[in-house]
Amino acid sequence: MSSKEKWGTRVGLVLAMAGNAVGLGNFLRFPVQAVQNGGGAFMIPYFVSFLLLGIPLLWVEWSIGKYGGMFGKHSTPFMFHHMNKKWLWKYVGVFGIFTNLAIASYYSFIESWTISYVYHSIVGTFSSMNQHEVAGFFSSYLDVSSSNTGIPYESLVFFLICLSINVWILSKGLSGGIEKASKIGIPLLIIFGIFLAIKALTLKAGHEGAINDGIVGLNFLWTPHFDSLANPKVWLAAAGQIFFTLSVGMGSIQCYASYLREKDDVALNGMAAGWTNEFIEVIIGSSIIIPIAIGYFGIDKVVDLVQLGGLGLGFKTMPYLFAQWGPMLAAIAGTAFFGLLFFAGITSTLAMGQPVMAFLQDEFAWTRKKSALAFGLAILILALPTIFFFEYGVFDEYDYWAGTVTLVVFAMLEVILFSWVFGLTKGWKILTTGAEIKVPSIYRFILKYVTPVILILVFLGALIRPAHDDWSTLFTSKYELHEESILGKIFNKSIRYNKEYFADAYYAEWDGTVTKLNANELTVTDLQGNNHAMELSKKDKPVVQINQPIKAGEPLYQGFVVNHIFWITLSRLLLVSVFLLIAWLVHKAYKKQKQALL
Amino acid sequence: MTTEALIFMLVSEGIIAFVTIYFFIKVLRSKKEFNQDDTSNDV
Repeated sequence: MSSKEKWGTRVGLVLAMAGNAVGLGNFLRFPVQAVQNGGGAFMIPYFVSFLLLGIPLLWVEWSIGKYGGMFGKHSTPFMFHHMNKKWLWKYVGVFGIFTNLAIASYYSFIESWTISYVYHSIVGTFSSMNQHEVAGFFSSYLDVSSSNTGIPYESLVFFLICLSINVWILSKGLSGGIEKASKIGIPLLIIFGIFLAIKALTLKAGHEGAINDGIVGLNFLWTPHFDSLANPKVWLAAAGQIFFTLSVGMGSIQCYASYLREKDDVALNGMAAGWTNEFIEVIIGSSIIIPIAIGYFGIDKVVDLVQLGGLGLGFKTMPYLFAQWGPMLAAIAGTAFFGLLFFAGITSTLAMGQPVMAFLQDEFAWTRKKSALAFGLAILILALPTIFFFEYGVFDEYDYWAGTVTLVVFAMLEVILFSWVFGLTKGWKILTTGAEIKVPSIYRFILKYVTPVILILVFLGALIRPAHDDWSTLFTSKYELHEESILGKIFNKSIRYNKEYFADAYYAEWDGTVTKLNANELTVTDLQGNNHAMELSKKDKPVVQINQPIKAGEPLYQGFVVNHIFWITLSRLLLVSVFLLIAWLVHKAYKKQKQALL
Repeated sequence: MTTEALIFMLVSEGIIAFVTIYFFIKVLRSKKEFNQDDTSNDV
């Protein structure tokens, strides 16, 4: 039973919590966000968000976890139920299981890429490739059509290896598995990070093919653009970064903290874990990919590359840059970089597994091994659509709904529960009982008013985000929803001409030019220079020619077309089904508990 | 590196490094018993 489990050491707990927070985003997302949102000036909204959103949420989640643990509850549905008996709250707690399950299913897939890239770095796969070929390697790794059988064997094998490692560690328990993995993973991650940062910052223009010193990249990243501070988008980006980097709004912090005892400290432990994450993100994370990329490509090209996002920059360009250091150092740097990402990833997926397992152990008396296997099986089933239909946007749908929207909704509701429904007086007592630091009393005010208001604003901002992030159009006739806003997503605003699930022709969604056309592929480059590649089957008949200008809405090819919207709708239905299934299990467990009391 | 960029980097990283080390040392030096069972369930 999970209630018999406990942490072995306090440092182990802090490292496991830090490992939960430290993820791929620390190295791939943060530097890109900083570059895109004001450089050094980004740190101002970043610190403000950390103080007003990050720290309060950490304390709320640690406290809720400790409180739940006092009743032998280690997953959020029944933690929330003990905080308030109204039926609604235990179903709000379902988010704390659902989010972990859904995120782990695509996150463990990314994690598996890092194992594959470590392998390919060691065997020298990238050593003879040019930049285009390295980028192509990544695309074909994820592309089912590059396999004759339609099964992406390599990515599937590495995914199964990755999943097996996760399940094996989880089956070893809290102190025997997760804690040990964190005690090994986090120090190794820091060592790898420091090695890469030193290498990045000592890059010299003219040596090993570099065109700039490493310091040029650091200067680019940290130069403050104060005018950006007037843009609400920058503040929302900072709040979002703090939110995602700390892994709040997921249910994993509550689960880890639930293995503490009433007299244990949560205030200091929470700060130690949270600030360790900041240390790794800001100090190490900012010193690797941007300085190396600018060292080899120059600022202009990196400005273009960051549009691909951190994943693109990390997987499509870094192996090529490491290869410039010679075969031996390229293998070491590749192993260090993707090894670092692997440790960052696995310490997070383990934290996603524990709440799911704890729920099964607490409420259905499953053994640790059985629940670890069940978690692995659930992840396998949920991950397969992201592997096989990656190109159709399934992965992005999981990331958007489970990895972004539900986190904000869950955090918003749990802060309201903690500060208003359960009551801040009781909440404050849990937070400060056994505390080894003095919690500033200003946080009573922040927890009660500031954090809930910020979260409501962040949620509303995401709900009605205007096109081009132009907030001045709000309440005017020019207002238009952003494609990535929650409402924009629900109404599929990004799809204008291919709204049917099945059609006999595919229509251009953009103005542009046909830049590639052969038997297998048709590519349109839009007016912004983005390439939109479409795979063609033998039965598809193109109705355009190479270099032909295209207007949005014009047909590109004829044939039996299964549009992306079909896969997007299926992904959403799958996610909703998973949520409802967990809610049903919670209902069943609740009824069982009630009957046992009678 | 420009002075502005250097100041922003040193101040940001300095604050984070100092606070992280401070909290971590506090955890390491704590003599309080950790994760021992207690009997009370009252808050």
